[in-house]
Order: sequence, then structure tokens, then C-alpha cells
Amino acid sequence: MYWDRSTETMERDTLESLQLERLKKTVEAASRSEFYKDRFSSNNFDPAGISSLDDIRRIPFTTKDDLRESWPYGCVAVPKDRLVRLHSSSGTTGRATVIFHTAHDLDAWTDILARAMYMTGMRESDVFQNMMTYGLFTGGLGFHYAAERIGALTIPAGAGNSKRQIQLMKDFDTTVIHIIPSYALHLTEVFEEVGVDPRKDTSLRIAFLGAEPHSEKTRQKIQEYYGVDAFNSYGLSEMNGPGVAFECPEKQGMHIWEDNYFVEIIDPDTLEPVREGDEGELVLTTLRREGMPILRYRTKDLTRFVPGPCSCGRTHRRISRITGRTDDMLILKGVNIFPIQIEKKLMEIPGVGNNFLIILEREGYNDLMIVRVEVLREFFSGNLKQLEQLRRKITEELRSDILITPRVELVEPNTLPKTEGKAVRVIDNRKD
Amino acid sequence: MIANQISIFAENKPGRLSKVTSLLAAEKINIRAITISSSDEFGVINMLVDDPEKARRALAEAGLTVNLKPVVAVVIPDRPGGLDLLIRVLSDQGVNIENAYGFVLESREKAVFVVEVEQVEKTLEILEKNKFKTLDAEALAAIEPFHYMKY
Repeated sequence: MYWDRSTETMERDTLESLQLERLKKTVEAASRSEFYKDRFSSNNFDPAGISSLDDIRRIPFTTKDDLRESWPYGCVAVPKDRLVRLHSSSGTTGRATVIFHTAHDLDAWTDILARAMYMTGMRESDVFQNMMTYGLFTGGLGFHYAAERIGALTIPAGAGNSKRQIQLMKDFDTTVIHIIPSYALHLTEVFEEVGVDPRKDTSLRIAFLGAEPHSEKTRQKIQEYYGVDAFNSYGLSEMNGPGVAFECPEKQGMHIWEDNYFVEIIDPDTLEPVREGDEGELVLTTLRREGMPILRYRTKDLTRFVPGPCSCGRTHRRISRITGRTDDMLILKGVNIFPIQIEKKLMEIPGVGNNFLIILEREGYNDLMIVRVEVLREFFSGNLKQLEQLRRKITEELRSDILITPRVELVEPNTLPKTEGKAVRVIDNRKD
Repeated sequence: MIANQISIFAENKPGRLSKVTSLLAAEKINIRAITISSSDEFGVINMLVDDPEKARRALAEAGLTVNLKPVVAVVIPDRPGGLDLLIRVLSDQGVNIENAYGFVLESREKAVFVVEVEQVEKTLEILEKNKFKTLDAEALAAIEPFHYMKY
């Protein structure tokens, strides 16, 4: 039942000594990158001065902006020749966050993800259909290699093409799927349409749900409809991607692999650690990455430690479902979207007024983004066709930028709440 | 002659038209013709009124998005084939109509066909050559739609 028994069930103090040893190495490696070399010297931090895990608190936090500003190679800590792959965060505009990996990094990532998948009960006899986008997005290739490492027959189905997905499941007796939860819900309609009952007509038994937060209720729905055991997972490209934390069969929180990550949960205002069990922002440090080590990365994701040991026997602590974000990032159909991207794009389009509002709705099983845009008073020429053209242009420009087709609605000037300051620009009406 | 049509951008929801009509009523502005074209959640209200500039000011001051636009108001005979006479001329000359609407001026005598075109001047020339009468804002203001005297 364990992929790596000694690591997964390691006594806490042994685990912590391992963490300290790896933290020292990581900090030392990081100091060879341009970004951390500057960061350490401007903060008078001596990379050789780590003697306990608590010393990590003397290291300044790293943010997404830091990664953007040190783009592309500022955080790379090894000669470029040693890098073998890069991945990039999903859906961001302009300077995306790029993460570089050495062969060793990919091997370690594959290992923890295989560990997680094995933990849920997946074995080499399984047939794994990976229904995630391959490419820059980490969810495709990450799971792909981990499934192969377990020895499962792996179908690189990729995202979309719903009817073919169902056909593949039937043709090759797929037993395990990796799928975005909103897509899993959407796919139920296609199952109805083609007259296939996943409970009777397929061999599905496990589903990995990832790339976007979802509720317990959504999990229940998916389990019921597909007749599978569905597992929640957590990851972010800055920390490799999927596999950072994963549910065990107990499903009481996600085990976060502490031999690979040093975990802190902080109060996003005071930046001090919260009391064990309280909600706060997850802060992660890579402990096994050599190509691009990242220290104290502020994920902006809100969670809490699940107190006490897990009855599965694993000693790595568990975090709860992600309950929200400390920033205004939206996740729609697995794509990360920042309202600022939308604002920037809108303001480039002639005819667009000053204010806009983003509304997220759930229509049936589909998530929908409505962008309500004020028309510039001077733009109006009394012509309906011109307004229609404006609407089409906005839709097209946004689609090419955020990869999602919004429903654009034009409204009269000065009818939306002002967008300056901290006004609410996003209304999320998605409910289960 | 050029007439001015007043256009208002309005969201397609209850109360928007009533805001326009109540403002015009308060200003004692008479509406000669009105059409509304809409596209899902928004639309455009087009009107011919007796005092377009006064109407524009009143509506804009109330925060509405208003535009005054030159249109051609052509007098046509109110009988079968009346509109066809006009359209044939415009079509022969390659004038494309962006938007149009009509109203009766004198029953069984005269009607007005209002057209929005891209080339207003050119259209007016064509109409003049073909002996069509066009109305301007003042003429529209003076119209008594039903000429009861004739009955």
C-alpha cells in the first residue's frame, strides 16, 4: 500500500532532520542563482547560516512578481546545459512564470506523483487515461510520466474531444482518469448523449481531480455518476505542478510531501505563522529541486493543517481543501485568470468605457464568464451594428488572451460600480 | 433636406424606455416616430422628435448616452407601390440602407419613409433629381399627422 514505505511513514524527527539537511543544500544551491544571490546580500542573509528549520524564517519570501521580474533565467541555479525541460503557468499573459527542470528534478517530481497515485490504489495493471492538456501546462506531462513509472498503460488523451474520450475509455478499458472536475461534470451530458453509462459500460474505478478547486459535493456527484473513487490533489507549476499534496484513501485532507517541500502557513497580513490548525496562506519551499530552487514561495492559496496523525500511517502532514485565494485570481475551466489581465485588454480597445464587471456563473455543468463592459459615451453613434462589432471585438480579444470565451454584455456608461481602488470587479455566483 | 434622428443606447431591461419617454414628456417634446432595435441585452432607441437638440440636451443631462444623427426623411405616396417607387430609385443608384422606418403623414395621401444611409448628401441629390420631397427637422415639427381638416 506504500510506494516508498520508509519515506512515507518516516518518524517526524527523522523527517525533520532530512528536511534540515535538504534545506541547507537548497539554500546553498539557491545562492548560486542571480536572483537569490542579490536577495541574500541585500538582506544580509548568510546562506551558510541555516542551523535549524526555524532559521528558514530569516529568509525573505519569494512572490510571483519576483519570478516574473527574474524572468527568464534569474532563478536558475545550475548551468543552462543541465536544464532539460521547462513548464509555464496556465493562462497568464505577458510574462508567464517559467519553471526549469534538470533531469534530477523531473525524476524527483515523477517519484512523488507516482507515490501519490499509488497511494490511492492505482497499480501497474491499471489503464490510465490522462484527460489534461499536454504541453506547457504541468498536469499533462506530470501525470503522464508518473503513471508510466507505476507501470500502468497510459493513454495520453489530452483535453477535450469528449466523444473520443468516451470511446477511448470503452475501447481500452480505462480504469483510472485524470480530469478537471468541471469537465467531469460537463462530460456527464456527453455520456447521456451517446448513451453510455460509465457505471455499467466502462471499467472506471479511480478519478484524480485536479487543476481547479472543487467542493465535497462536486466530488460526490462525480463519484456517483462515474462509479469511481475520486481523489483531490493540489499543486502549482512553481512547485513543479501536480503532486505537491494528495489525498490518501482516508480522504481527510491532502498529504503534503514534506521530504520534498517545507511547508509554512502564515497570516497574509502579519506574515507570521498562524496557530497550528488555523487558516492562512500556504508558503512552500522546494527541498529537492536543483535547477530552480524556490524559497518560501507565497502561493496565495488559503488552507490549514489538518491536526493529528492520519490513520493511513503516513507521517507527512495534511492540508485541507484550498478555501480561497489571498489575491483575486480566478480559476475557470482549469485556467488561471487575473482580473487585471482582463482590465488591461479592455482598456486597449477603443469604445470601451471605464468600468467593467466580471460575473462567473454556472449554467448546468458549464462555468461561464460574463464580462459586463460600459460603452464609452463618445463612441456611441446610434448604430446597433457598431455596438455588435464592438462586442465581437471584445469577445475575440479576451478569448485570445485568457483562452476562455466570455459572454460580453455592453451596458450604459456609469451604470457599473467604479473600478478604481478596491472595488469589487468580480462576482462569483458559482454554486454547487 | 436633412432631418436629425435622436438615438439612445439603452440596456434591454424594464424601465429604460420609460425613463426616456418621461423625460421627453416633462420637456413637452413631441415624438413623431420611434423604433427600437435590440440585440440580446442591449438596444438602440431611434426617434424623430419635434425639437431634436432640446431632446438631446435633456436626455444627456439625465446621464443617457445619446447621439444625433442626420437621416433622410422622404415623403412618399400612401398607396400601393408608394414605397416601391422610392426603393427602386435608391437601389438603382446603389444606395445601401442601414436602417429605416416609416409612418403615415396623411392617410391614403402621404407617408414618410426615414432612412439611415452612409452617404447622406449623395442620397439627397439622387432624391432631388428624382423629384422626391424630403423633410427637415422644422418640417417634421410642423407636421400634423392626421390632417383632420380634410375629413
